[in-house]
Amino acid sequence: MKKRSTLIGLGLLALFAVFPLVEGSDYYRHIVIIALMWVVIGSSWNLLAGYTGQISFGHAIFFGVGAYSAGICTTKLGISAWWGMLLGGPMAMISGLLLGWICFRLRGSYFNLATLAVAEVFRLVAIYWRDLTEGMQGILIITTFRSKIPYYFLALGLAALCVFSISRIMKSKWGFYFVAIREDQDAAEALGISSFKYKSLSLMVSSFFTGLAGAFYMNYMGFIDPEVVFSLYFISIMAILVAMIGGAGTVWGPPVGAFVMVLLQELFRSSFFGYAPKWVSEAHALAFGLLVILAIRYMANGVVGDFPKIVNLWNRKKPMPSGAGGIEI
Amino acid sequence: MEMFIQTLVAGILIGGVYALIGLGMTLIMGVMRIINLAHGQLMMVAMYITLVLYEFLGLDPYYSLLIAPPALFLLGVAIEKYLLDPLLKIDSIIPQNQILMTVGIGMVLTETIRFIFHSDYKSVKTSYSSATFMIGPISWNVPMLMAFALAVLITAGLFFFLLKTDTGKSVRATAQNKDAAMILGINAEWITQLTYGLGAAMAAAGGTLLLPIYYLFPDVGGPFTLKSFIITVLGGMGSTVGAIFGGLVLGVAESLGATYISMALKDAVGMVIFVLVLVFLPGGLKTLTRV
Repeated sequence: MKKRSTLIGLGLLALFAVFPLVEGSDYYRHIVIIALMWVVIGSSWNLLAGYTGQISFGHAIFFGVGAYSAGICTTKLGISAWWGMLLGGPMAMISGLLLGWICFRLRGSYFNLATLAVAEVFRLVAIYWRDLTEGMQGILIITTFRSKIPYYFLALGLAALCVFSISRIMKSKWGFYFVAIREDQDAAEALGISSFKYKSLSLMVSSFFTGLAGAFYMNYMGFIDPEVVFSLYFISIMAILVAMIGGAGTVWGPPVGAFVMVLLQELFRSSFFGYAPKWVSEAHALAFGLLVILAIRYMANGVVGDFPKIVNLWNRKKPMPSGAGGIEI
Repeated sequence: MEMFIQTLVAGILIGGVYALIGLGMTLIMGVMRIINLAHGQLMMVAMYITLVLYEFLGLDPYYSLLIAPPALFLLGVAIEKYLLDPLLKIDSIIPQNQILMTVGIGMVLTETIRFIFHSDYKSVKTSYSSATFMIGPISWNVPMLMAFALAVLITAGLFFFLLKTDTGKSVRATAQNKDAAMILGINAEWITQLTYGLGAAMAAAGGTLLLPIYYLFPDVGGPFTLKSFIITVLGGMGSTVGAIFGGLVLGVAESLGATYISMALKDAVGMVIFVLVLVFLPGGLKTLTRV
């Protein structure tokens, strides 16, 4: 099992490394770059929520802080935005500690909503602290490379690093503590696991990688504004969806979900690459919302988590009850 | 000093309507233990219903109080029955999938409305929309005053329902302990649907009351979801009396913030209060009274 997982990982890595050399179109490269970025965000969300059981509605905080750290490097410090790749992770981690300090005193749905509210505060701060963030005007930098290739390999490296680290963490002692907290926080406490400490550790790793993804986004897209990088729907909720569609609490769930979600979004945004009538692209946000509802209703454990169920459907056997997919650690 | 009192008056008037909307969310929170993140969006749908009635039938927004809230009640019951309730039977790794579902519902509502009405700003201009009168140096906005009075009336009606009727008592019983309520023969499933419908109807009533004063566009729901959420937390999750005070506090705080800090930061004031409450008073205003 362990060997197979490693093999799949290496195989995928090789496949993705070859992809941009075979596929010359910048458009498809762009889609894969964005999907790889979402692999990072989805996987980090999954570490905190799928494994540690702390559902965050505020991952836009870390993405935004990462992106702004990179942007501010250029606008305020006058150095290259690439320094943001070093700075973004730690800055996001600090905001993660702040979030944890405020929110980890709450449990269950209270925790979810507190993260949402703190994310709103960050968004408002980014809008109104014009001296630092340029407010709604956003930050525009000149991107270093015109070719997509360097960004592609950077994104691939980030995604591989993130998935690898998280799967390593989940095999270590920390991972078992995280799952123990998810399954029953009180029991975990009774066994001597400091839930605050391990939740904070999980959040730190999670926010670090999301911050990296944010810094990458700044360098890649060259433009950010508060409504984009601190967006509730298109960052925080999207992160949840990526992990849920793929399968929360599994290593391969978020990567699968990232590709599914980014492709679906692109399909709708481009009206199925121009084959569907124009109004389809207007409805892309509606489709996104419907997808949220359908995913939660019928695929609560995602493609990877509900895989046995899907296989069963395929074989036209009696459908298994949802959630029977088992949990891969 | 006059300005201060004027600000206070404006804050309390709007706070009454906030309290009404927040009460809906608090009820849902009390019975279902979830925050209804589609709350403001449900309110927005009610506002569009009122707008359509006004534009096509010339119906005064206040008469819509008899149409929009019942319509939203039915919508709420349907949402609970077909979308939220089935989730309880699904075994998922993510335990809070009902909340996530309300997020999806909110998005679908907003985007459907945007699809039909586009993102244009709309408003209902009635003859009394900008009417004011003066008592001493303080000016009173007529539709705001109407909204406040009607909100108080509806709130009183809700309390009568919760305290005096059998169904209302069942709602409170279910909120206190669902299992025990079921053992005592209460149809908890129906009570839950009823509660969600009621919550949606209260949001609808609040939205309808705000329509003569507010601009309307599809994204108006989001900020109100956050406001009612702040009110619910401020009041102490699930405490109805707390929610009323929460609404008034939020209204006054926003109003003071708009006058003395900056109009643009009005929304941030609520968020800051929210975080402060979470850090220093996690149980909300409710805990203050129980000392």
